[in-house]
Amino acid sequence: MAETSPSRVSYDFVTRAIARTLGNPGKGYYALLALAVALLGVGIGCLLFLLRYGLGLAGYSHPVYWAVYITCFVFWVGIAHSGTLISAILFLFRSGWRTAVYRTAEAMTVFAVMTAGLFPLIHIGRQWYFYWLIPYPNERGLWPNFKSPLIWDEFAIGTYFTVSTVFLIMGLIPDIAAVRDVATGWRKKLYAITALGWRGTNEQWRHYTRGYLYLAALATPLVLSVHSVVSWDFAMALVPGWHATLFAPYFVAGAIYSGVAMVITLLVPIRKLFHLEDIITIHHFENLAKLCLLTGLIVSMSYCTENFTAWFGGNPHERAAFWYRAFGPFWWASWTMNICNGLLPWLLWSKKVQTSITGLFVISIFVNIGMWFERFVIIVVSLAGEPFERFANATYNPTWADWGIMAGSFGWFFMWFLLFVKNFPTVSISEVKEVLPAPQRGKARVS
Amino acid sequence: MKLANPLTAIFHPPPTPGVLGVFGHVDATVDAIGQLRRAGHTDFTVYSPIPRHEIEDALEQPVSPVRMFTLIGGIAGCAIGAWITLYMSYDWPLVLGGKPIGSIPPYVVIMFEMTILFGALSTILGIAFNALFAARRLGTVAYDPRFTNDKFGIFVPSEPARAGQVETLLRGAGAEEVRRA
Repeated sequence: MAETSPSRVSYDFVTRAIARTLGNPGKGYYALLALAVALLGVGIGCLLFLLRYGLGLAGYSHPVYWAVYITCFVFWVGIAHSGTLISAILFLFRSGWRTAVYRTAEAMTVFAVMTAGLFPLIHIGRQWYFYWLIPYPNERGLWPNFKSPLIWDEFAIGTYFTVSTVFLIMGLIPDIAAVRDVATGWRKKLYAITALGWRGTNEQWRHYTRGYLYLAALATPLVLSVHSVVSWDFAMALVPGWHATLFAPYFVAGAIYSGVAMVITLLVPIRKLFHLEDIITIHHFENLAKLCLLTGLIVSMSYCTENFTAWFGGNPHERAAFWYRAFGPFWWASWTMNICNGLLPWLLWSKKVQTSITGLFVISIFVNIGMWFERFVIIVVSLAGEPFERFANATYNPTWADWGIMAGSFGWFFMWFLLFVKNFPTVSISEVKEVLPAPQRGKARVS
Repeated sequence: MKLANPLTAIFHPPPTPGVLGVFGHVDATVDAIGQLRRAGHTDFTVYSPIPRHEIEDALEQPVSPVRMFTLIGGIAGCAIGAWITLYMSYDWPLVLGGKPIGSIPPYVVIMFEMTILFGALSTILGIAFNALFAARRLGTVAYDPRFTNDKFGIFVPSEPARAGQVETLLRGAGAEEVRRA
């Protein structure tokens, strides 16, 4: 493994370095956790107001009835995507560098889907009737409408959450066993139970490695399907700016782009807080930067294609929608999106930027902001500029309840994530060892 | 007379007698596996912190039956997806958007997601069942906590009379540490 120095990094070093992340992480960690919980508190407060007074608080006005909540939903589902890309798709491609970063990405996936799943429920207004989405036998004999993309979405997100959770837990089992064997006190008991009797026997590995391969093979088409289905929530409607066949690949690329950026945003502080510099090296960041650049370019190309089709297609409504996007009252959202997603990633062509932790961290935050605005532009601006209802063209402005609930979603996500990194191995112990040269008699040999 | 506690018999069965060898190197472990198999041992357990192809090859184990679970789960999921969408559409027939009551193209999405969901869940069940079945003696064979860190291990169940031979074999193959259990 070229990315870590073999002289320092042995199997034992890996176990100890990663088990150390479960120790006392210091004040910085608790400060971040307190911040996350405080944000969550703000979100819960706003949500309680929303429950009490209804969706009028969300600032909806005809024809904008899908706004910040749906924007946040798509944003968080998008964040989730790179986790499965790194853990499943790169696993099938046998990319060695994924081993050091995939656990973080996978945990991020699970918590991001958990966050995303809240928004449709908040958005439906009568939150206590959310179970009407589920096909269950009822006294009225009614079933959900399976021709509706919203029901496809429910199945896609439900499957994605379940599969990414079991995939995360599966990957964790051998690592929990490894920390069980070096832990002491109550943690030893906790890990003894959660390791589910793992001892690394030949029979266990035989079934485990096969099963993991099939899970990865199932997760790969799943990750591509989920954001495609999310995009069809829009593309199946006739709204100009939504009704495009481009949407599925455009959304998938955007999702992976924002997700890789979020992985960088999360890895930089974790590496620092838990002293993982020897395991998560600059080489890993460089590869993430390249992935970010690739998907960023696909996204930029989608922007160009979208605008080109609007102009070249000759449909006056489509043209008007894109003109409204760029030069209408929401020009600031469109240009934030274009600059953050289309222009900034060009900096990643530079080797200097690719290998600069600070540079990548700053760019990743701008990409996150840009990707949030991309969803805002697609959802809100397309609806606000809807040409079929020019007479009802009201201005829309997000309210304090929207911002509060959005802030709460960040708190919710970061709270789970921070609790996870503190209590479970953040880096895969067994997989990092797999890419190290195995101990051989006589000499160490890379196989 | 003291009665045997049946729970103890299930959860704390008596240890299997045998020899445990601790290895620091993959190639030594592989040598030991080869020698054990040539000596007629079939029932031994190999521990490793990571899956290694050399060990799998030396053991010549058949491919895990987990794949059948994945296949059957996936097919079942697809069938369930087709069934719920079609059954529920015809159970309360409503024409939506001028489309046929049972429209296959939109239902493919549900069928696809259900294929993945059931395939993945049955894979997990497959791993659990197979590993549990293989582990029927797991609680009773000797183990060392270093096996999840940086050591490889082989446990050979054997009667005390034959244990001496096994000890010599494991030492000869390069075991760092050999002990009776």
